[in-house]
Amino acid sequence: MMALRSVTVPPDGGDDTFRRIARSCLAQGLHPDEVVFDADGTGSLFEPAEPRDAPTILMPRRFVELVSDVVCHSAEDRFALLYRLLWRVQAGERNVLEQAADPDVQRAQQYAKAVARDVYRMHAFTRFRERMIEGRPMFVAWFEPQHNVLRKAAPFFADRFTNMDWIIATPCGTAAWQDKSLHFGPPVARPPKQDDAVLDEVWSTYYRITFNPARLRVNAMLAQMPKRHWPTMPETTSMPQLVRTARTRVKEMEQRAPDRPPRFADVLSERQLGAAGEAPPPWEALKEAAHACRQCPLHAAATQMVFGEGPLSASMVFVGEQPGDQEDLQGRPFVGPAGQVFDRALAQAGIDRGAVYVTNAVKHFKFEPRGKRRIHQKPGTIEVTACRHWLRGELDLIRPKLVVSLGATAALSLAGRPVPVTKERGSIQSWSGRAVLVTVHPSYLLRLPDPDVAAAEYDRFVADLRRAKLWCERAEQ
Amino acid sequence: MPLNTLQKLEILADAAKYDASCVSSGGDKRNAGSGLGSVTGQGICHAFTPDGRCVSLLKILLTNFCIYDCAYCVSRRSSDVPRARFSVEEVVKLTLDLYRRNCIEGLFLSSGIARSADQTMEELIRVAKTLREEHQFRGYIHLKTIPGASPELIAEAGRYADRLSMNVEMPSDAALAALAPEKSAVEIKRGLARTRSHIDAAAEPSRGSARPPRYAPAGQSTQMVIGADPSTDLDILRASSNFYASYALKRVYYSAFSPTGHASPQLPNHATPLVREHRLYQADWLLRFYGFSLPEVESTLANGMLDAAVDPKLAWALAHRDAFPVDVNRASRESLLRVPGLGTRSVDRIVAARRHCRLRLKDVARLTSSLARVRPFIVTPDWRPKSLLEDATLRHRLAPAPQQLALAL
Repeated sequence: MMALRSVTVPPDGGDDTFRRIARSCLAQGLHPDEVVFDADGTGSLFEPAEPRDAPTILMPRRFVELVSDVVCHSAEDRFALLYRLLWRVQAGERNVLEQAADPDVQRAQQYAKAVARDVYRMHAFTRFRERMIEGRPMFVAWFEPQHNVLRKAAPFFADRFTNMDWIIATPCGTAAWQDKSLHFGPPVARPPKQDDAVLDEVWSTYYRITFNPARLRVNAMLAQMPKRHWPTMPETTSMPQLVRTARTRVKEMEQRAPDRPPRFADVLSERQLGAAGEAPPPWEALKEAAHACRQCPLHAAATQMVFGEGPLSASMVFVGEQPGDQEDLQGRPFVGPAGQVFDRALAQAGIDRGAVYVTNAVKHFKFEPRGKRRIHQKPGTIEVTACRHWLRGELDLIRPKLVVSLGATAALSLAGRPVPVTKERGSIQSWSGRAVLVTVHPSYLLRLPDPDVAAAEYDRFVADLRRAKLWCERAEQ
Repeated sequence: MPLNTLQKLEILADAAKYDASCVSSGGDKRNAGSGLGSVTGQGICHAFTPDGRCVSLLKILLTNFCIYDCAYCVSRRSSDVPRARFSVEEVVKLTLDLYRRNCIEGLFLSSGIARSADQTMEELIRVAKTLREEHQFRGYIHLKTIPGASPELIAEAGRYADRLSMNVEMPSDAALAALAPEKSAVEIKRGLARTRSHIDAAAEPSRGSARPPRYAPAGQSTQMVIGADPSTDLDILRASSNFYASYALKRVYYSAFSPTGHASPQLPNHATPLVREHRLYQADWLLRFYGFSLPEVESTLANGMLDAAVDPKLAWALAHRDAFPVDVNRASRESLLRVPGLGTRSVDRIVAARRHCRLRLKDVARLTSSLARVRPFIVTPDWRPKSLLEDATLRHRLAPAPQQLALAL
């Protein structure tokens, strides 16, 4: 029969202790079944001294992290479990931790999770009470963790309350931060509770008030904030009462008759009824009316109606398809990627964007939501027809010499019928008594995959714009 | 007699409690340095109210005086609640006092519109600015942005806040117009759009050495009140899909309407069942993290409403039994995510574990929290759910018994 070796594990043994013991056991070739890790230190028969030549153990990074969590667990078998896993790693199972379905791996991961949760709860549920000690404010807390997590949890408080002096006492040790350095000490007796008005009054009041009694779900609360932490959390004093009275409070609220409005409410309501401004000028009135347009469903999903922009005395009006993502966000036409191409081409054709009026055939952005993005959708005949009223209104007010129709949607709106843009581009049409130059939409230039074709098409676009400019200049003479 | 701070807190925390959001997650991690406070990234819940909701931030209004008359809101002008107003200094002191005692991660500040949108926004910013600049407060700050506030103020708010939010309140423009006559859906969407543009600009890779200025590193969120208007779940999910796509939102919060004790004659005076809110969150998760499309979720709805008895993923699986069973050892991650009872974590664990060995049923049991739920939909070398999956009573057997949501303590 195999001789069992017993190893004493100190109760607060951290990952250093585990590493020292494990190295020694491995150096002696002790199989996990041959070692007993004795957590309470009684009946120790044998403590392996660390052999000088014990080789350094190389552990995968994930394993090192797991060890540092699992050693904090209060379970007695934590060292045995880790040693079993380490043995397998050394025996060649480098990826043992990825076998999540393995019973040992699963248990180790449960321990690590429990420790991480305990650290989290210590960060969350520790409550400091302020005391004056030798004329300096000192923040004192008593906390009872489930596992041995004080050392793991303390740095968080140092990072957060760097400029305060504080002490956290637990049944298994204390952590103190004074003059910006962290000290760990032995356990102390639980200090008597000191009054702290902020905790006992302000915080407890806030906790009581922020609960909406219509939402009682006691089990959900207990799962997150187990009762064992309540004694050190002053806000939980009101818990029994909150739970007991919730239903009657809701019933009372449901039965209350509607409020009589206070006097200032009536005064305000009257004032708002009386407020009516002067009628705005025609273009502003048209724009305002367009903001309220519900002729098609596009307004529901879009941010805002995007109206045309530019001087009302412009001799040229450019009509695009519809606002895109950026136009919808900013509320201005042609400011997105296509707008940038458009601006560049205008400048190259010698046209000042500030001197022309720029608008769209459809005034709301039509898109399909796809996760965090919006996919542009071509407006259909319904939207174009519904929106034609606004474009006509703009054109009737401005009465430009020439309208430049950018792309098929603009042409559809202006001509009142589908127009083959590539065939008729560059030509000047007379639609509803308006001179219209037909060309492509600048976004078309962005979609061309072949750079040579794109460059050629861009030049043709600039040429169309030059033609428009020339035509306008002649018409003005 | 003027109210003291504690009395004001009672009024202004009560008015703020209907906002569902209380998270302190996201944002850039930072330590106190020479100041006070830190941000850990994942957020911390310092307490839980008896409904299991996280208390992470001091959530209060600066004032509950309001010139608006939104029917669903306890602070609307026609409501007969006691009114109060904090000074900037009072909010700053409350925040710091509670923070030093480790009660909160920071501040979530909102406000009634006492005079105008701009004046309110300025006050909110002043609190955040005082905390940051005079007290070197480095904890979490969530500010409400006010619909209609000027673009300059929206730009300034993001310099001090970790998170910004503006509530859309209602799933449709029509509902908003009916219940919140002074609010404009377009103003709200414009506000969200402005914040998104700032967030985008701050995320742009920097040209040259200058880093773009920090702007609301924890992003923006919004909230809809559920059950105050007749919108269906489908209306709500459509609206939130549009919002997620349009405004780079971290979260859309769904807040079940509940009576406030100051009823408006326009509204039902009973609470929306919490299960409706819960199902909406589950559907929202399916759309964002489980690869479901809106039409797929839509296919499980009856009259536009999610099934209250079973969660939407189970509802989808029961309606699409031909898509099952899936082979745990072979199926793609996408197909595994469709199995009722398998969450993203369980799926990740399965995908990692099956590289090393063929998973049997007992292995799957170790990797998931509820084998009973999963079993009818999967295949392992030692398990095949033939008759189970065709079983007409499957729904009945998997639907959880109606739970008593409130149990005696």
